[in-house]
Amino acid sequence: MNTISRDEVAHLARLARLAVTEDELDTFAAQLDVILASVARVGEVAADDIPPTSHAVPLTNVFRADEVRPGLTQQQALSGAPATEDGRFKVPQILGGDE
Amino acid sequence: MNELVRSTASELAALIHSGEVSSAEVTRMHLERIAAVDPEIHAFLHVAGDAALSTAAEVDAALAAGEQPRSPLAGVPLALKDVFTTVDMPTTCGSKILDGWQPPYDATVTARLRAAGVVILGKTNMDEFAMGSSTEHSAFGPTRNPWDTRRVPGGSGGGSAASLAAFEAPLAMGTDTGGSIRQPAALTGTVGVKPTYGGVSRYGLVACASSLDQAGPCARTVLDAALLHEVLAGHDPLDSTSIDEPVPAVVDAVRRGAQGDLRGLRVGMVKEFAGDGYQPGVQGAYRAALDQLSALGAELVEVSCPHFDYALAAYYLILPSEVSSNLARFDGMRYGLRVDNGAATAEEVMAATREAGFGAEAKRRIMLGTYALSSGYYEAYYGQAQKVRTLISRDFTAAFTKADVLVSPTAPTTAFPIGEKVDDPLAMYLNDLCTIPANMAGNTAMSVPAGLAEEDGLPVGLQIMAPALGEAVMYRVAAAFEAARDAAEGGPLFRRVPGLEVPA
Repeated sequence: MNTISRDEVAHLARLARLAVTEDELDTFAAQLDVILASVARVGEVAADDIPPTSHAVPLTNVFRADEVRPGLTQQQALSGAPATEDGRFKVPQILGGDE
Repeated sequence: MNELVRSTASELAALIHSGEVSSAEVTRMHLERIAAVDPEIHAFLHVAGDAALSTAAEVDAALAAGEQPRSPLAGVPLALKDVFTTVDMPTTCGSKILDGWQPPYDATVTARLRAAGVVILGKTNMDEFAMGSSTEHSAFGPTRNPWDTRRVPGGSGGGSAASLAAFEAPLAMGTDTGGSIRQPAALTGTVGVKPTYGGVSRYGLVACASSLDQAGPCARTVLDAALLHEVLAGHDPLDSTSIDEPVPAVVDAVRRGAQGDLRGLRVGMVKEFAGDGYQPGVQGAYRAALDQLSALGAELVEVSCPHFDYALAAYYLILPSEVSSNLARFDGMRYGLRVDNGAATAEEVMAATREAGFGAEAKRRIMLGTYALSSGYYEAYYGQAQKVRTLISRDFTAAFTKADVLVSPTAPTTAFPIGEKVDDPLAMYLNDLCTIPANMAGNTAMSVPAGLAEEDGLPVGLQIMAPALGEAVMYRVAAAFEAARDAAEGGPLFRRVPGLEVPA
């Protein structure tokens, strides 16, 4: 039995903002199915009472003195932008026409 | 081939600092070597000849003025993996989505190399966003293994490892999320070190999986790796996961190890990393390495780490989950590629940009992570993988009560042919079987050349793992093993890389 369907892959691609092609959907559905079947092995480990680890070393919040430090200039921040206007990032319309 | 490019970094540093040879001369020889062999090897995505010569000239001028060298590696050239930001060179991460991007800031690693007077020759090829074990997932074409150019150099840091084996650079930088420093080192007969998580700053290292990524040194000898390690390592306030502790004294450890006495030291052989699935020549070289360690006086003990069998599965849930989040920043708005294809909305532009900008492996992992984190699957996949991660750490803790270091082969096979595994993701993932546990637990690990596999004459790596901040004992064992192996085999393994001479 497949663990993931072609439709589910299409849904994942939408969530992940990937405009995948029809051919890719076939390839990825088959490949993700094999990978998921393999990684599902983690479920074999009895770990109900085991705490999860999210990070290799314990994370603690790091504070610093609230002092002004040099950062990127406006020009530096915009230096890699695909489009700019009036010293700002120029982006496509955020909302669809009906919204 | 010019003898300078065959020299180690420590030899070059001695020549440069004594004034016998200039850094400019050493740099020029390496740039000539790159020009001669890189059309075939393709270790570099960008060569910064003018910048390198100008850094070299500065080092030479300071030395001529009687100044002390800025670091033990001042004037020595290095190849920088294209995942560290550089203000004066593009940073692409092997991806079309960052093609030509020139960052507005330097990574801490880049800044420390510059401050140490290390000469950055250019940026090296890699699997896209450090995801892969062969460097075939670079958007700019594969890197070839100098030992056999029909084969892969490993990955993701195949460019850095190949640059060392092809004598294009005596030092290189890597990053290791699941083995991307150690596995290419093994496949190219070079040395690669993954420091303790937090040992080297991640600031300006374009993130793959933030809880696993660690930058580290690559070289042809253990001493050279240690010299570079001390330049890189240390606390960085710009990285909240950076460890605020003294840097382990790895250069001293190497000098001690090279004396060849490992009496009183316990070496744990990981039981789970042997047997079926390991190429016979890998097993042979591994057994010979164990004999060598025993002859040096080390006590060999077998240790069992039962949850290492689940490390690969847990890794391929945790890593894609983090990747799907980290790579969300590539949205075509602030930097990098933007593809609109006539799309009207930001959301459509993002989807078109990411479709055109990411390669197949990046897309697979993004979708895998999106799946593992989605409601309904989260507990069974990502949640369970995080618990397995805890059990892997506990296995390490238990093993380190029985042994000072653990050993295994670095990779199950030697270098495989280009194209063999590129369309079979699961087969590709198996390359990282032995290297992944150290990333999961955050402790340090390295690969050192063990010899050549009998059946194909290709390099095999010995992996040495030590506890968190246990770099000193790990380097000591590596140096002792390297010295003994070289003495037994009549010289270092890297001297046996085919010459790659270009016909006159």
